[in-house]
Amino acid sequence: MSDEILASFEVRRLGILNESGAVDQALMPQLSDAEIWRMYEAMVLARVFDERAVALQREGRLGTYPPIMGQEAAQIGSAFAFSPADWVFPSFREMGVHLLLGYPIRQLLQYWTGDERAQNAPQQLNIFPFCVAVGSQIPHAVGAALAARYRHDPVAVICYFGDGATSKGDFHEGLNMAGVFRLPVVFICQNNQWAISVPLKNQTASASLAQKAIAYGFEGLQVDGNDVFAVYRATRQALDKARAGGGPTFIECLTYRMADHTTADDAGRYRSAGEVALWREKDPILRLERFLGSRGAWDAEKGGEVRARMTGIIDQAVQEMEAVPPPAPAELFDGALATLSPRQAAQRKGR
Amino acid sequence: MAQLNMVQAINQALSEEMARDDRVLLLGEDVGRDGGVFRVTEGLQERFGAERVLDTPLSESAIIGAAIGMAAYGLRPVPEIQFMGFTYSAFEQLFAHAARLRSRSRGRFSCPMVVRTPYGGGIKAPELHEESTEALFCQIPGLKVVVPSGPYTAKGLLLAALRDPDPVLFLEPTRLYRMLREEVPEGEYLVDLGRARVARAGGAVTVIAWGSMLERVLKSVGDYDAEVIDLLTLNPFDAETVLGSVKKTGRAVIVHEAARTCGLGAEIAATIAGEAMLYLRAPVLRVAAPDVPVPLAKLIDQYLPSAGQIQAALEEVLQY
Repeated sequence: MSDEILASFEVRRLGILNESGAVDQALMPQLSDAEIWRMYEAMVLARVFDERAVALQREGRLGTYPPIMGQEAAQIGSAFAFSPADWVFPSFREMGVHLLLGYPIRQLLQYWTGDERAQNAPQQLNIFPFCVAVGSQIPHAVGAALAARYRHDPVAVICYFGDGATSKGDFHEGLNMAGVFRLPVVFICQNNQWAISVPLKNQTASASLAQKAIAYGFEGLQVDGNDVFAVYRATRQALDKARAGGGPTFIECLTYRMADHTTADDAGRYRSAGEVALWREKDPILRLERFLGSRGAWDAEKGGEVRARMTGIIDQAVQEMEAVPPPAPAELFDGALATLSPRQAAQRKGR
Repeated sequence: MAQLNMVQAINQALSEEMARDDRVLLLGEDVGRDGGVFRVTEGLQERFGAERVLDTPLSESAIIGAAIGMAAYGLRPVPEIQFMGFTYSAFEQLFAHAARLRSRSRGRFSCPMVVRTPYGGGIKAPELHEESTEALFCQIPGLKVVVPSGPYTAKGLLLAALRDPDPVLFLEPTRLYRMLREEVPEGEYLVDLGRARVARAGGAVTVIAWGSMLERVLKSVGDYDAEVIDLLTLNPFDAETVLGSVKKTGRAVIVHEAARTCGLGAEIAATIAGEAMLYLRAPVLRVAAPDVPVPLAKLIDQYLPSAGQIQAALEEVLQY
């Protein structure tokens, strides 16, 4: 008989780029200047897209929209590590990922007008449709990884979700199964600390979300989610490990939802302006600009020029989106079903 | 031709399709080494390997959810849920994803999979092991619901379901698993989805049933001049065959072991009322379970429709 420590655990936290724009050279990932600049442009594109989407909603030109502001580093940094054959299972707040992967911007906007045709992803992108039911995409990622392994494809699977999803049964069931089968999946949690009005402390009693992975038998680590280099490094390592047969990884990107949950929400009802202001100082784009500035690669003029160029790209996409004809009534059936039953065929008639 | 029971017929269908198509693989609780709690998948892991017959954690939502990911990837998974009463923790995966993936992605992804689950009452099993909530699933556009009534239809329907481009819920009537033996051809034959079968011809009344109730109906109709329709596919159900028969007989009785209110019988009765009213010589009757939870063994015979209830309904419409 005994009373002893059965097991004890450590959970890593990774940060490379601090708020003043300085980096830890020992941890800095291998990235060329051109690659870093591409990351920067992609983050600005995501920000401009987001601001425009909110504005379009206010003008009645878009439906309800969930802003990504503040989460650009978590999205661009992680997606930058993907290989083209990888499979991506998003939730509904990863438009930065879509933008970086080259999902047509016109289509992204079109979806948020309420046009489901826009979820037909380009053939070369293995990206699943947006998943509105929180956390329920997690088992799909696990299944795709099982399939990839069954086919002996050198494919990794990336699954995104938020802090709220970690309270769902599918999070547990999915991560548990991924651990049991040691599957090539990278779970990326954008912990933006708010699930609509519920703060993280009311979502979990865990000291971190990352440590939940330990219970499933694989590594979980927390990264500074507003640090594009840390997110990239962690994702890259996790993907390499997955492809090498090392099993799943859970990455908690600690970030902040700087805007409302959606355009139908008013975050002022449940959180203080002071808290938001604090996180504005940690803005992931500002941080990267400080880093680039310290290397002489960025100034206000260059920043303005990038922003203007990205604005032009979004302007063009908005025009294209608004030129798309609305779906025909028969689209209810024709786009949605493989074959119509006699009853469905009768219902389609005259539409 | 071999005389097989339903367990053997389903096993043969899975085995033959797995040999033919390497995209087909099985997953679920105890389906591998144990061969499933009803032994339906017995021997398949030995033959096809643990990569193709996966013993999963006890995790219904992840079983169906993972199957969705596999199907989208290009495989044809056959997830098993051990009993229908345990499908509910996977209901969101079926409702929100399996049935909608093609629609949501406008065909970029689809979800060809067959969810197998034992269903129905009368086997002296514990609570939640004898459910027949098929109507819940028939309310989900995009999901087909299929129920065989014997070994022959079980194999043919399962093969057809495995070839279908969309998700199919395949309900296996547990009471029939080992009750009936029928001639089941080796090799391929398909029983088309969406088609009912006239199990017995007749002229005075149409009786519509499925699953284990079909067996009970066939035993109950005796000398009545009853035409018995085995529905086989519950969604989309074969309205043409039902209406054709009712227009001929002028009377209809629907028998199901699910609770009466909002059971599939209501949809069939409404269809008959809407499209064959002027042919009717009597009200459309339903013989169904009462609107109470499925009881345990001691009361199950009070719950399931009986031969007496079926015959009483026949008398009522014939003497109307």
